[in-house]
Amino acid sequence: MKKQSIWIGCVVAGLFVWAAEGGAQQVQQPGQDPRVGLKAGATDAGVAARNMELVATLPKPPGFGDATGTGGLAFANSDIAFKGGNMFIGGFAGFNFYDIEDPRKIRLRTSVPCPGGQGDLSVFGNLLFMSVEQGNGRVDCGTQGVTGAPNAPSPERFRGVRIFDISDINKPVQVAAVQTCRGSHTHSLVPNPKDPSMIYVYGSGTGGVRSDKELEGCSSGDPNADPNTALFSIDVIAVPIKNPAAAKIVSRPRIFADTQTGAIAGLWPGGAHGEGTQRTSTTNQCHDITVYPELGLAAGACSGNGILLDISDPVNPKRLSEVSDINFAYWHSATFNNDGTKVIFTDEWGGGTSPRCRETDLPSWGANAIFEIRDKKMIFRSYYKLPAAQTDFENCVAHNGSLIPVPGRDIKAQAWYQGGVSVFDFTDATRPVEIAFFDRGPVFADKLVTAGYWSTYWYNGFIYGSEIARGVDVFELKPSEFLSANEIAAAKLVQMNEFNAQSQPKMSWPQVPVVARAYMDQLTRSKSLKPEQATALNDALTAVERANAADRAAAVAALDALLPALEKQGGSANPIDAARYRAMVATLRGFAAK
Amino acid sequence: MKRTNRVNVCLATTVIAAVVVFSGQASAQVPVVQPGAPGKPSRELSESERPKAVASKHSPADTKFMQGMIGHHAQAVEMVDLLKTRTKREDMRMLGMRIEVSQNDEIKMMRLWLQNRGESIPSEHAHHLPGGTMPGMLTPEEMEKLRVAKGAEFDRLFLQGMIRHHGGALTMVQELMSSPGAMQEAEIHDFATHVDADQRMEILRMNTMLKGIKK
Repeated sequence: MKKQSIWIGCVVAGLFVWAAEGGAQQVQQPGQDPRVGLKAGATDAGVAARNMELVATLPKPPGFGDATGTGGLAFANSDIAFKGGNMFIGGFAGFNFYDIEDPRKIRLRTSVPCPGGQGDLSVFGNLLFMSVEQGNGRVDCGTQGVTGAPNAPSPERFRGVRIFDISDINKPVQVAAVQTCRGSHTHSLVPNPKDPSMIYVYGSGTGGVRSDKELEGCSSGDPNADPNTALFSIDVIAVPIKNPAAAKIVSRPRIFADTQTGAIAGLWPGGAHGEGTQRTSTTNQCHDITVYPELGLAAGACSGNGILLDISDPVNPKRLSEVSDINFAYWHSATFNNDGTKVIFTDEWGGGTSPRCRETDLPSWGANAIFEIRDKKMIFRSYYKLPAAQTDFENCVAHNGSLIPVPGRDIKAQAWYQGGVSVFDFTDATRPVEIAFFDRGPVFADKLVTAGYWSTYWYNGFIYGSEIARGVDVFELKPSEFLSANEIAAAKLVQMNEFNAQSQPKMSWPQVPVVARAYMDQLTRSKSLKPEQATALNDALTAVERANAADRAAAVAALDALLPALEKQGGSANPIDAARYRAMVATLRGFAAK
Repeated sequence: MKRTNRVNVCLATTVIAAVVVFSGQASAQVPVVQPGAPGKPSRELSESERPKAVASKHSPADTKFMQGMIGHHAQAVEMVDLLKTRTKREDMRMLGMRIEVSQNDEIKMMRLWLQNRGESIPSEHAHHLPGGTMPGMLTPEEMEKLRVAKGAEFDRLFLQGMIRHHGGALTMVQELMSSPGAMQEAEIHDFATHVDADQRMEILRMNTMLKGIKK
């Protein structure tokens, strides 16, 4: 394994010069965002980063396309799933398993050709799920495509959700392939709290409806005339964990129905909202659904609307409320905050293959919309868009991301295709703030190819990026004025056995000193905690940590004595800080009681 | 080897610049596993069995579709050019803007698609040449009639023409879908699917607008 790294230092004067492989150079003007004007290149593009560092990168495996992206979407990397020390990266051509036991030295483990796009993956125990929607998908995963015309019924064709047994990680075996009318663009796993022998899959199809001669019962009929239309629904697939071969569709709930009339097509009909507004797609599909099983909630990004679902009965999800937005073109994906009090929806204006982060593109178009959830209703608070202009030759728009588990804050690491990764804080839903980023220049200086990050997800201490053309990147956060070493260390304490971004787990933190210190840093940053208070508290905590058995009780008493004043202070703080005081005091008491 | 792959960061300033280059591990050691249909075993592929490119190739029908659609889209843009000076209706102007933006973006995309696959790229004016016409396109005489029309008459002719023009695009998609071996490649699949959905929706909208004008 040959590795080399090249780095060029920074010039503090605000003017910087960088050089990359091949000695290309570039000068930035003072004050300009360093992401603007980066040199193009498939493997040697210019790079700008702040408060995060690239610690490992691997190109795509042989057969899965090169870094130039000129092979097109057919070779694109797509979504990521994690299990233990393994990362599974899906793609339009198949999927690849990576060993991430040591995140700084990731390695390719197994390559699996199985075309059909998009190839989004999820994992549950020994089962790996894959979305297939395109016309070349074959039941047998063959790479030769489907014989005959696209509209001719074929028993070879597969569009739907595949299930693989991965108990032998070096040899995945396809055990089921559930055909659906529109295929599966994305899917989300929904565990059933009442029946652990089953796992449910919400399949979201966005493609054309196939003929009922290929799959019985499929109809693309007008919803007013045909109550069985495959449009205006999602597919709920039930998978018996011990017998996945018996997986089947158990319902196609009409989650867009009008609550008064029951009409199937009850939400956004498509079109603009008035002069100067965005043209929003018709709500006849969900693009992506993010479920939060612990809360019994799901957020559906459903083309023309964002919807909130009650999933306490996974087979029959019920819509609780919906929102629309005059600046959204296509409701694409959703992420809850850890408390379930907020939800971020993304707008994939331009479909992900277009440049939509140019200086001329509105900051409220192709952005995230952040909502607060109150009484199961969503209230709009703000937009967040990548704050650095990209070129005409970089496809860029809001895309997939996940939470970074810093206690006391809501932080997300998000992919913006060739706009790179942006890490931002949305604890205050009205004022999202970027705290870290990484970006490469375009693949080409003079032509647009589809590339950049499909997903960037936090998993057990690192951020992993699935780069459509260039491969896989691993990042580590660095302490900064926006995020302290204690906060990063506290985030790293949250360890997951499995992670699928569309099936959001509830995260919690142990009652240990570094978590308390993360809260202290936050309260100091917000100027609620005075520096001398922070020092006293930190000293008292250190004393408990260092105390031997004989003098621990005295150290604990000294720490305890400080807490009532802090609780009182928290009582008059703003709601965000008040919650931090409560969590900090609880953490300190929990630690002291050990 | 510890931390040799580390990229140095300057936290004091706002910028780092770095390139991490990995040569990649030797591919021979990594198994390539070809799954079978459900219930069938997977098979590890030998070095010689491994596909050089795990993707379906585009077909001659795909190329013909893209080449034809460039001229087809170009005429829509020409029609919108007329609309800019001839209509008085704001909704018509917005419709025109939408068509112009989407069709220009798509022309760029189609040219790039052809270029990246080594196929010849027709001139956007090829549809003016004999035999260059595609389903639903306006004849030179019809274009001339539109050119001289004004006000409500223009709006009516424009909508009728554009509805027929979009309908032609749907015919082209249907022809593509009836061609064996077509739409196996990811981008053409998505593009043709998108054109079909998008233009269907636009036709519905234009039909509604047309009813408003006829009143």
